[in-house]
Order: sequence, then C-alpha cells, then structure tokens
Amino acid sequence: MIITKNLSKNFKDVKAVNQVNLQVKAGEVLALLGPNGAGKTTTVRMLTTVLRPSSGTAHVAGYDVISDAGKVRSAVGVLTEDHGLYDRMYILEYLDFFGQIYGMPAKEREGRIHYLLDKFDLLDAVDRRIGQYSKGMRQKLSLARSLLHSPPVLLLDEPTSAMDPASARLVRNAIKSLRSEDRAIIVCTHNLAEAEELADKIAIIRSGKIIVSGTYEELKQQLLGLGEYHIQLAKNLDSRNLPLPSGVAITEKGTDWFHYQVTDPKEINPLLIQNLVSAGFAVVRVEEIKRSLESVYLQAVNQAPIEEINHVD
Amino acid sequence: MWINLQKAMIITRREVRDQFRDWRIIAPIIILTVFFPGLMNFTAQQSVDFVAKYGAPIIADRLIPFLLMVVGFFPISVSLVIALESFVGEKERRSIEPLLSSPLSDVQLYLGKLMAVMFPPLIASYLAICVYLVGVYRQVGWVPDTTLLIQVVALATVQSLVMVSGAVVISSQTTSVRAANLLASFIIIPMALLLVGESMIMFWARYHVLWYAILGQALVAGLLIRTGIAHFNREELLGRELDTLNLQWAWRVFKSAFIGVPGPFRAWWRMNVWGTLKSLKWSILLALIFTLGGALIGSTQAEVFSIPADLLDWENLEEGLVTGIEEIGPIRFFSIQGAGTILFHNLRAITLASLMGIFSFGVLGIIALVFPFSIIGYFTAVAGQTGLSPWKFLISFVIPHGIFEIPAIILAGALIIRLGLILVTPNEEYTIGEAWVRTLADWARIMLLVVFPLLLAAAFFEVYITPLVALNIFSR
Repeated sequence: MIITKNLSKNFKDVKAVNQVNLQVKAGEVLALLGPNGAGKTTTVRMLTTVLRPSSGTAHVAGYDVISDAGKVRSAVGVLTEDHGLYDRMYILEYLDFFGQIYGMPAKEREGRIHYLLDKFDLLDAVDRRIGQYSKGMRQKLSLARSLLHSPPVLLLDEPTSAMDPASARLVRNAIKSLRSEDRAIIVCTHNLAEAEELADKIAIIRSGKIIVSGTYEELKQQLLGLGEYHIQLAKNLDSRNLPLPSGVAITEKGTDWFHYQVTDPKEINPLLIQNLVSAGFAVVRVEEIKRSLESVYLQAVNQAPIEEINHVD
Repeated sequence: MWINLQKAMIITRREVRDQFRDWRIIAPIIILTVFFPGLMNFTAQQSVDFVAKYGAPIIADRLIPFLLMVVGFFPISVSLVIALESFVGEKERRSIEPLLSSPLSDVQLYLGKLMAVMFPPLIASYLAICVYLVGVYRQVGWVPDTTLLIQVVALATVQSLVMVSGAVVISSQTTSVRAANLLASFIIIPMALLLVGESMIMFWARYHVLWYAILGQALVAGLLIRTGIAHFNREELLGRELDTLNLQWAWRVFKSAFIGVPGPFRAWWRMNVWGTLKSLKWSILLALIFTLGGALIGSTQAEVFSIPADLLDWENLEEGLVTGIEEIGPIRFFSIQGAGTILFHNLRAITLASLMGIFSFGVLGIIALVFPFSIIGYFTAVAGQTGLSPWKFLISFVIPHGIFEIPAIILAGALIIRLGLILVTPNEEYTIGEAWVRTLADWARIMLLVVFPLLLAAAFFEVYITPLVALNIFSR
C-alpha cells in the first residue's frame, strides 16, 4: 500500500528527509515516532504529494507520488498537523465541501457525514460555527474530514494532540476500528503509549533518517536486549542454589524473588519452572518485566550517533 | 476544461459564501454599490445645473460618462484586497494544507480562488453602474450610447480581471499577507496611471480609444493568469520561509548559472554560450519578426509624414554632412570618443529596454528596441520617395555598422523576451525566483560575451567606416 525507497527531501542546503525506506501493507498500522523536526511531517507531505521528493521513490495505493499525484491524493485521507478548518463555516457545510471535492455523490455524502459525526460525538455541534469549537472538537472534525471518502490509505499526523483523555480515547478507538484488511495507516505521534496501543510496526526517525524500525517486540529485543522475567517464590531462597537450565542468567536477586534473562522464553521458561518445583521451590508468580516503548524510544534516540543538521553534499 | 471549471466552482462557491459572512467585506461593497452611485448622481446633477448657468454644457456631457466609469471602478477596488489575501491568507491561517492534499489540480485550485475573489466585487460593480444609470436618467434624462455602455462594462470587467489576476499571483508567491500588501503597489500604481489615461480619453470623448485599453488589459490579464498557473507551487505555499532578501543565495545562484558547466575554454564556450544561443532560437525568431515588423510599420509612415524633397538633397551630399551631424549631436566622427559615445548610448538603451521588459513580460522592452528599426524603415522609404535608391541609402548609412549592430540588437531583444517570458513559463525544477535569476545569468553571459563585442565593433565602424562609405558613394 505504501512503499518508499530511499525517499529524500532537501530544503535548500538541508536534508530534511534522508533515504527513508518504509513499507506499510494493507491492514497494517505504522507509527512514525521522532523528536520535533525529525522529518515526520515532511515524510507525510511527500506521501500526500504536497512536497515533491528530491530523490528516491514513493508509491501510495499503487500510484507513484510524482507521476500519479492526483490519483494518490484521491486515495489518501490525511489528518494534517494544522487542523485546516474554516472558522465561519458550519460543520455540515465544511464536510459537504470536502465531499464535493472528493467527487462523492450528494446522497453518499449525506450518509457518510452523518455516520462520522455520530462516530465522533459531533452531532450536537452542527448548529455552531467551527470557530466556536474546542481544540478537541476541531481535531475530531479534521479526522472526520480525512475519513470522509473512505480512503484506502490514512496518514494521521498527531491525531490526538490537544485532546482531553476522553476524546483521545474516543479517537484511538476510532483509529483501531479503521483497521481493515484493505487499509494502510501511518500515525505520526509523540505519544508513545498511543503508538504502542495502535501500531503493528514502529519506525523511529531522527534528523531525517529512520534509525530503527520493526514490530514492538523486535524493537525491544534489538534495543533493550533479551526479555527479563520476575519469579516470586513462596519461601525465602536462603542459601540454596537455584536449579537453572542453560540459557538463563540471573540479573537481580531478593530474599524470595529473582529476575533473570532468557534467550528463548518459550522453550526455557517451562523448563525452569519445572526444575524449581522439582527442587522444592514453590513458585507463586512468573511475569515478564514490562519494558515501555518510552525506554525503547529513548534508547533508540540516545543510542544513534548524534548528528547535526544534515547538509546536502 | 468543463471538469476543471466544475471543480473550481466548488472552491468558488465556498469562498464567496465565506466572503458574504464577513461584514468587513460586505460593508464596503454595499456602500460602494448603493451609496457611492447616489453621491455620483448628486455630483452629476449639481454639475449639470452649474455649467448650464454659464453655457458650457459640454462639461456635463463629458462628466456624466466619466462618472459612469468611476462608479463601475470603485466596487472592484475591493477585489484587490480580497485577492491579495486569497492564498497567503489561508497559508497564514494554516487552513490551506487539506486543500493542497485534496485531488484538485493546480488549475482547479487557482481558477477557483481567482473566480471567488472576482465575482462579488464585479457583480457589485455592475449593480453600481445600474444604480447610477437609473439615478442619472431620473435626474437629467441621460441615456448612454449602447457602445459606450458596453465599453464601460467591459472596462470594469478587464480592470477587475487585471487587478485580481495580478493580486492572486502576488498572493500565491509571497509568504505573508504583509508582504503581499506591500507588493500591491505594483498593481495600484499602474492601475492608477491607467485610470488617469482612461479619464483623459473620456473627457476628450475619444471613446474608440477605449477599445485599445480594453484589449490591452485583457491581454495583460491573460498573461497574469498564465503566470499564476505556471508558477503555482503547492510546496512553496506550505513553506515557512521568511520574507528575507537573501542576496547571498541570489548571488550564489547567479554566479553558478553564469559560469555554467566548467571545462576547457572551447568546450565551455560550446556548452554555455553556443548552447544558450541555440536555446534562444525561438526568441531570436520572435525578435527578428518584431524588428522586421517595426521596419515595415516605419516605412508605411513615410506616406503619412513625408519630408519635402528639397530638404533631402542627396545628390549634393558632401563632407559637410559629417560636420552638420556633429553640430546637432554629441557624436564625433573619426574619433575614439565618438565610438565610446555610441557604445554608451547603445548599452544604455539595451539596459533600459531590459528593465522595461522585466516589468512587462518583455513587451515594453522589445518595443523600445524595435523603435530604431521603425526609424530606419521610415528613412529608407523617404529615400525612395525622394528619388534615392533605398538600397543605396541602406548600404551608405546602415549596413556598414549594421552588420554588427543589427544582430546585437536582435540578440538583446531575444534575451529581453526570454527574461520577460520566464515569468509565464511553467518550471518544475526551480522556484520563480531561482528560474528568473538563472535567466538573468544567461542574459548577462550573452550580453557580455556576444552582444557587447558586437556593439563595440559596431560603434567603431559607425564612426570610422560608415561616414567614409557614405561620402564615397555620394561623392561619385
């Protein structure tokens, strides 16, 4: 659905996006994470054909962003960084205006607008001008606009920024419900919990370069090392030796608990528990120690060599 | 085309509705549509009564049609303000990105905006004309001539189109509303001068001349719309560059374009001088057509403005001619100083023509360069009328130095055309500013390496060789 190969964008002397390779299949959600000015919005703008790539290629919904720009724009729903609303308009007029631009028949527009307003709890606000909406309502309206023509590709730039927790939850649920086998979604966000909740794959971008990408599990393994587990025992360990199978390394030990890392948890964890029980240790609880996306993100951002602004060679 | 217009109209409808919800736009339109024509009616009535006392009804006869034009113009002045804000205003309010990401093409977006800013003030203008006509008919029973009415309506329409198309070009190329407002002087000043000219035509009652004004403005509007569409750039509309004058960048671009692709001298010349000349072939052809056309028009004027034969005594032309010319002009023949004077004059003329061309899509520049060819055409025809062979005239006075000067002027004309037309030529590779700086570099390179040496040779031939050839031929 979305394929970029060595996609780059230079602004005069600065490389804003530098050889980005992405692949988002139909049915997948990719979270694009990165600090401010990393190149997330520039990448999205190239995918919406608003910015012309300096080099590399990008295909969206099967169309080339340079030679088939019009078809790409028809196939994409985009939630822009700025809401892009007209304050003097009413919500129905606004959505109808974009429905016409996307060439939707009147009947279809009417049904779709009603469905989206209902979905985003905006039906009660139809008699107010957009200028009177709160930030969260504006964000929801922008999202409704991006979904109006049921696009096969969704590009969402900060979809829950400026929203209260309840509205953010509503939008996140809406995005989850948008997952379908024939839709690809890219979500640019600073909200790591959101990325963790929504995304199948994560790409972290810094100074225009993708520094790491993969599934959440892959990133954890790659950046934080082996998974770590906690075992709680019923009694104190005293000075007894633990019957550890090979592949297990203790990282921390308490009076009645210990932490360990394991190369192949699926194989070794059952064996370890079996050994412990056979040796007379009563196991109360086994759990994986939660490693947040934040630690993955910080590790990725801090680990990559610090580069100043990329200059065009 | 129909699909383009249909889609563009979606934008137009939204924007017009938006304008009608803004009292700051509606209030002046209503005042200028209803109140102002009433004021003009009052003025017309007072003027008619006043001049009737002194037996000068001609003043009222001329004033009433003039006020008709004024009444039609005032509401369209509002369109300038709305048009200047059209693109850059949306950019500042950050509402433009969803539109740019929509499937609308550049032409649809541009035309949609253009029509939206033009329609309300233009309709207000027509309404104001109607209000004024009804009022003036009821007061003094004046009914306009149908042709005059068509001319005034057409003038209001083309004036609106020129102002709007110019303002939309500015709006789509600037990065802030403030910058757009400052650049509006480039529209307001020429329009003010044009109105003064049109007012003079109205008071002189040379109404047929108004057709030229209408035609000229329609052409300019067409060129401005073409410029706007050619350089409409979604990327620049989203850019957050500041309106700073980056002379360092401009100089870097100019220098790199001027030097071109480096290499051994012959290869460099072939690539950067000969290559540029080859790329100028259509502009050269156009300049050639203009110069020949100018010479032809000049020759036709010999019939209209003839010189008595006794003033041109070709058979007794002697060396005194040279001293005679020297007495009335600054040129000193057979001297380096004379060659310098001619060279300076030619360079000054080409520089001024280039400057005029920059601000008029090349039109005024090429007219300025064509003018001397009209004079040559005129005198060649006069020579024929007074019994001298036109060929003898040309060989004696024009060709000796003209073999250098004429190609130089045609080349300069081609460069001026290119410099003007670059603004209306679509360019995906460079921004409008960069494309223009690069063309200026081409202009400078060819001027320096080809036109200047030709003019230098022409100047020396004009002071040392041409007088000798002329004297030699005429003293036989």
